[in-house]
Amino acid sequence: MRITREQVEHVAMLARLELSGQEVGEYTRQLDAILEYAAVLEELKTEEIEPTAHVMPLMNVMREDSVRASLSQDQVLRNAPDAENGFFRVPKIV
Amino acid sequence: MDITARSAVELHTMLVEKEIQAQELTAACLEKIRTDDQEIRAFLTVTAEQALKQAAAVDQKIAAGEKIGLLAGIPMALKDNISTLGIRTTCASKILESYIPPYDATVAEQLAQAGSVLLGKLNMDEFAMGSSTENSGFGKTCNPWNRKHVPGGSSGGAAAAVAGDEVVFSLGSDTGGSIRQPASFCGVVGLKPTYGAVSRYGLIAYASSLDQIGPVTRTVADNAHVFNAIAGHDAKDSTSIAFDKPDYSQFLQREIKGLKIGVPREYLAEGIDPEVKRVIREAIQTYTDLGALVEECSLPHTKYALAAYYLIATAECSSNLARYDGVRYGLRAAEAEDILGMVKQTRARGFGAEVKRRIMLGTYALSSGYYDAYYLKALKVRTLIKQDFDQAFAQADVLLAPTAPTTAWAFGAKADPLSMYLADICTIPVNLAGIPAISLPGGLAGGLPVGIQLMAKPLAEGVLFQAAHAFEQATAFHTLKPAPTGGAL
Amino acid sequence: MMTENRYEMVCGVETHVELATKSKIFCGCSTEFGREQNTQVCPVCEGLPGVLPVLNREVVKLAVRAGLALNCHIAEFSKFDRKNYYYPDLPKNFQTSQYDLPICQNGWLDIRTGEQVKRIGVTRAHMEEDAGKLVHSGETITTSQESYADYNRTGVPLLEIVSEPDMRSIDEVIAYLEQLVGILEYTEVSDCRLEQGSVRFDINVSLRPAGQEVLGTRTETKNLNSFSSVRRCLEYEILRQAEVLDEGGQVIQETRTWDEGRGVTLSLRSKEEAHDYRYFPEPDLVPLVLDRDWIEKVRAELPELPEARYARLQSLGLSAYDAGVLTSSKALGDFFDQAGRHYPDAKNLANWVMGDLTRLLNARQWSVKDALIQPRQLAAMLELIDKGVISGKIAKSVLEDMVVSGKDPEQIVKEKGLVQISDESALLTVIQEVLQAQPKSVEDFRSGKEQALGFLVGQVMKATKGQANPGVVNQLLREQLTEQ
Repeated sequence: MRITREQVEHVAMLARLELSGQEVGEYTRQLDAILEYAAVLEELKTEEIEPTAHVMPLMNVMREDSVRASLSQDQVLRNAPDAENGFFRVPKIV
Repeated sequence: MDITARSAVELHTMLVEKEIQAQELTAACLEKIRTDDQEIRAFLTVTAEQALKQAAAVDQKIAAGEKIGLLAGIPMALKDNISTLGIRTTCASKILESYIPPYDATVAEQLAQAGSVLLGKLNMDEFAMGSSTENSGFGKTCNPWNRKHVPGGSSGGAAAAVAGDEVVFSLGSDTGGSIRQPASFCGVVGLKPTYGAVSRYGLIAYASSLDQIGPVTRTVADNAHVFNAIAGHDAKDSTSIAFDKPDYSQFLQREIKGLKIGVPREYLAEGIDPEVKRVIREAIQTYTDLGALVEECSLPHTKYALAAYYLIATAECSSNLARYDGVRYGLRAAEAEDILGMVKQTRARGFGAEVKRRIMLGTYALSSGYYDAYYLKALKVRTLIKQDFDQAFAQADVLLAPTAPTTAWAFGAKADPLSMYLADICTIPVNLAGIPAISLPGGLAGGLPVGIQLMAKPLAEGVLFQAAHAFEQATAFHTLKPAPTGGAL
Repeated sequence: MMTENRYEMVCGVETHVELATKSKIFCGCSTEFGREQNTQVCPVCEGLPGVLPVLNREVVKLAVRAGLALNCHIAEFSKFDRKNYYYPDLPKNFQTSQYDLPICQNGWLDIRTGEQVKRIGVTRAHMEEDAGKLVHSGETITTSQESYADYNRTGVPLLEIVSEPDMRSIDEVIAYLEQLVGILEYTEVSDCRLEQGSVRFDINVSLRPAGQEVLGTRTETKNLNSFSSVRRCLEYEILRQAEVLDEGGQVIQETRTWDEGRGVTLSLRSKEEAHDYRYFPEPDLVPLVLDRDWIEKVRAELPELPEARYARLQSLGLSAYDAGVLTSSKALGDFFDQAGRHYPDAKNLANWVMGDLTRLLNARQWSVKDALIQPRQLAAMLELIDKGVISGKIAKSVLEDMVVSGKDPEQIVKEKGLVQISDESALLTVIQEVLQAQPKSVEDFRSGKEQALGFLVGQVMKATKGQANPGVVNQLLREQLTEQ
């Protein structure tokens, strides 16, 4: 096994996904199969290879420091599941 | 021929010659959607009223004797991961079911500027994750050629709507083949542009370093014209390339005599359906007959591409999709007592199984202790794959390969996630390398379309249009049409 | 403190500084403080689906300027990364920051505690975006049933400056913070309005038995925004850790929060046992490749830094104390320097700036920038005193007028008729009147009580509403009293 149930539960916590016990089992099996497949990469020697994070060699893309119009408060909150008094309301944090 | 089946180039002439009005054309497409889309289900949202207004504005221009652009008055639709101001944009996800963006994607603005008429938003695999559009949160889309078969994905709606003559063209997005593979399955033309050639601003991200928007059309010429409208630098996208954009339609009439076409042997290895191989062999013959110089070549790291892709794409997606937490927009599991429960339940309920699977995989690939073994390793393999292409393009102008290993499969045929992932092996390396590629109809197999894929070096979309157009004119596979009943019904 | 003998504290500070740009780091929303909630928000900083960031050029410039002032190496190649964690003040649930290739590295600054000068290492400084603000329904986050999110601050550019764990006393920490904030203020990298939260400190502190090499377990107390909170927080946290260690316990490595009201630090133990930020390169931003010549140009444009001003002011003849006061407030120091261009007596000028002017400003809770008085106007007023046009006493009321009205001193003196009376014949008349009215004092003086003279001078000043030249009055009175 390349991944355990406990690791899947930990990853689900990091990713903020509530999983049922059955889902944890399914994902453990499926992720294990995918990681098993991905193990093909281990064949390649890559110590000397630079990683490619950006495929095009662009650099220094910047804009000038000028203020542009924001949305109105109404527009900002229009899609909010719960808003009050110009704020987004969220449940208890700690 | 039904007017909704005509190409943008033909319709433009008809509009300018006043043989039809833009409003008639839009109404005809809307009628086609009304009748056919109940079964095809390419559309998630139809914007009829707004479309007729846009068409009327084009008619006024024509009546006033103003010159109109080639796409003016042409009905089209957008994949539902392209942000549209005031029009629901869902990514085919329950988590965005009621989300209405307050802004337009750059491509949406560009097409509005060109006078194209937006008929609505198209179905897809949820957050563009999938190869069959079966992962939509709002139901499957059918392949117009055979309604028991998938249209491909993730831009299944974009390909099916064009193949089914519901719109003249559409825009899809391609992260690992999501434009080309459905284009192949539905017998239409789909372009994955060079990474950075089309602005991603407003494209709801799946994997930012791989995503590109591109046109789906019925002809290569239309594809070049739509690409003309959407390609170019955008200051809102830092990864957008500032380049001198040619008029891509000028490449269409160029001869291909002497064009060097490489055929990478790794793309014809095991796992490729014999019928697909036959189509490729026939395409090689067609090109040879046209005077192109076809030679076998090699992209030796091809077999590593899929694994690298799934690690990179899912890592990026795990971060890109973190914002769907029920706080600012979209679904919220309102009954949860605290924020942690609310976010976890919102995401559990709002995302489908495949999206969760990819978020999990990507989170794992980036997590402490695994980053080097998975994510970093994949970035290094990406370098090797890019180098493969650099070497191949030192010899060849264009590479020819299958778009997909098979034709469209029947619904439910690929229940196992990994088998679905394997359906992308021919398209994924292109995204990793950032190069452009086009899929165009290469014939039929078992009554279903088979696409051929052409690839070129960065920003060489022109040569793709040149080679694709020559093939299209020589074969006329693009004129083949699905039976009106959709085959098997 | 009793713990100081048994334990040594080891402290490092992470400072988050809001950079003084007009617009946010990745979008065009204004960075202005104090506006109505959720009115400085656009699709980009709200993290709506499909948006992309574009880096603000000024952020890079200010980061480089700060880095150079902190003696850092400026990276010729740097990039942005995503720091992934969920919090409702973070719209994308990742913060765009810099991880392994920050823009500034390996710097230092010197601090003074008493006579001692100590060099504190600056590990790195990197650019990142600020999060939004949460307002809690209850008194603190832990007692609130719900919270309210305002994203105006989301995307305000920050420079996070990380020190080495080089500080060994609370005084050293405070000296570091003062020196750091001074440099940021002098370089105009930030407006440094601590009370608005534009500079915030995370304090990492651990204790180890005196003489031990190995570091103890540290805690990190986040988001302090005043020097006094830092001091109180450290006093509390050191005692708390010492108690834990004294009882044979172990300090838990954790994030804590400072409760200003109760004066205690509280554990913010997360339900997620360990953070795993899953940093990876930000795919939506391209790398930053800085040109050496450009970096040198920014270096050449650096203004005088606090240490240099401190030395220069002392060379002008000011005491170390005065030089320190005028250095610690950049605005006041700038005012002094500008006034000094028009007035040669540095010592006298410093007395007025640090004395009467500061008192007038403090009474109004103003910074010198809020006052209307211009530096050259103060210089002009001092000239009027020196020339005997007005008395020092009158000057105090003239100065107050200048602070609020911004008028020239000459104009105020003229309008209010405050010109000093030095004319002897005019003054003699008043003196005669006073001497007649105060026979007792006259007698006292004549019988040897010198202090009676002072009383009589006061009476003359009173009768002339302070306009009499006190020197002349003194002299005339003495003449009159001895003549008769």
